[in-house]
Amino acid sequence: MTEPLVTFERVEKRFDDFVAVKGATLDIGAGEFVAIMGPSGCGKTTTLRMLAGLDAPTSGTIRIAGQVMNDVPAHERDTPMVWQSLALFPFLNARENVEFGLKMRGVGVSERRQRAMTWLDRMEIAEFAERNVETLSGGQRQRVALARALVTEPKLLLLDEPLSALDAHLVIRMQSVLSRLQRELGITFVYVTHSQSEAFAMADRVVIMSQGEIAQVGTPREVYRAPRSRFVAEFVGRNNILPGEVVASHQGMVSVQTPLGTFNVQGDAAPGTSASIVVAADMMQVGGGENRLTATVISEEFVGSMVTAFLEASDGTELKVQVQERALADLGLETGREVSLGWNTADGHLLVDETP
Amino acid sequence: MTTFLRIYLLALFGFVFLPIVVSLLFSFNSDRFPTLPMSGFTTIWYETIFADPDFWRAARNSLIVSSCTAVIATFLGFCTAYTDYRYTFRGKSLFLAIILLPPTIPLIIIALAMLAWFAPVGMSGQVWSIIAAHTVLTAPFAMAIIRLRLNQIDESLEAAAWNLGASEWRAMREVILPFTRPAILSSLFLTAAVSFDEFTVAWFVSGLNKTLPVHVLEIVQGTIDPQVNAIGTLVFGISITLVVISQLLIFFRLQREAA
Repeated sequence: MTEPLVTFERVEKRFDDFVAVKGATLDIGAGEFVAIMGPSGCGKTTTLRMLAGLDAPTSGTIRIAGQVMNDVPAHERDTPMVWQSLALFPFLNARENVEFGLKMRGVGVSERRQRAMTWLDRMEIAEFAERNVETLSGGQRQRVALARALVTEPKLLLLDEPLSALDAHLVIRMQSVLSRLQRELGITFVYVTHSQSEAFAMADRVVIMSQGEIAQVGTPREVYRAPRSRFVAEFVGRNNILPGEVVASHQGMVSVQTPLGTFNVQGDAAPGTSASIVVAADMMQVGGGENRLTATVISEEFVGSMVTAFLEASDGTELKVQVQERALADLGLETGREVSLGWNTADGHLLVDETP
Repeated sequence: MTTFLRIYLLALFGFVFLPIVVSLLFSFNSDRFPTLPMSGFTTIWYETIFADPDFWRAARNSLIVSSCTAVIATFLGFCTAYTDYRYTFRGKSLFLAIILLPPTIPLIIIALAMLAWFAPVGMSGQVWSIIAAHTVLTAPFAMAIIRLRLNQIDESLEAAAWNLGASEWRAMREVILPFTRPAILSSLFLTAAVSFDEFTVAWFVSGLNKTLPVHVLEIVQGTIDPQVNAIGTLVFGISITLVVISQLLIFFRLQREAA
């Protein structure tokens, strides 16, 4: 990465006794699509608000394009935000909403009208320019909000769960609109969401936060395949987590003893360490694999052509297997049946528990 | 049950409005005494009051007092409503309690207190002493109306304006004021109506600068004079118009938002 556009240096934010963000250190590159995700109350929105200047860090430094931003008021930054509620001005029509940022910057009437129309056109809603925003549909309002944020041609766009109010089919559409827009504009998107699928579908890198701390930063693939903590492994979902204790370690390979058996996994840890093996649901095989166990099918969940089967092992551990829907019958994954599950050692991931 | 409610409602409106209707009818009655059957149609009482310079002085005072009161009370109401919406601070509930206190105090007590306070500092008997007193009375209504409107605002709206480059004052002008405009107009009309009608306090502090309600009382004290009906009808007409405009402003805004 060349010179990062945004840097957080040990940034901390307190509200009275409550620490919303602790010691966050993070670089975001120019032109990068970064998703900050985590459960509610994890500090992701506060992080975004600090970038917009709506909350000031208690300590630490935030830089944008090299400049320290800690004390720069919100209205002197060029960090437009797309809000969860969209926050469109109800007393203005669509075009006037888009013009707002230009008007605040003193752009003349005819120029700002023309630039607003260009953006409304680009968002394919030019025909609704003179309509009251309250009469527009959710997807159209979303596009007005995007046009309003982008009309000043910022280097950095902030998005705070912008798709959370949309229907599922619109979410998918808007995801591709956003991805394409970000590629075409080449600007940095910082996208806050609690939805793993949104983050993974669009982001170059994801930042996972938990209780005010950054738990892991990496590409969606890294975070998914190599979670660094149990929290991350659970949060990204569709992971099987088998906790146990390291019993042997030899040349980059360890054996972990779990209540369901002793399994091998690549990694390095001293015997006696408590550790877990993480196996993604799509790496689990039915009736195959180098490491084996048995479990009973509890239920199935269809996601289009894929099915996630939920199983229960003899000690009550919940397991998940993701398979093609058309293979379901062949594999004998019927509710109530006991099946053999397995995975190849290379597909497992070692997770050494943090010392408390 | 609905039948009972309907009758109850009719009776209620009857008790409230019949005296006013009677007063309106007798203001056009040619007989000096309000007796039935009415003796004939006349506009003489209106002609009498329109020819009376005292009436015009009182009307002018009422107009000045109610319009100044409306503007000042609405401004103060807006400031307190916005303070309550935007900020939390120590002693906020005490602050709000004091602001909303005046309507809970009996008018006669306020009136006496105002007089007792104005007289020694030489503020008694002026037009603007009535304005000051009426502002105290009506500002809580203004605050309540505008605060209700601010309840409906999306809290991100103001921050969105800052985020798009508006300073706090600019955001106030471009976002908060347009959003609360229906409530501000409504408050202007309502506080004007309350002030225009108000008698007790005005009577105590007005001195020689009578307002219309005070003028009416002075006529009644002298004689039985159907002029009173005519003035009463005019005052009622103006007040009810202001209140209706105020209500319509709220009502249409709500309807548009529901649509």
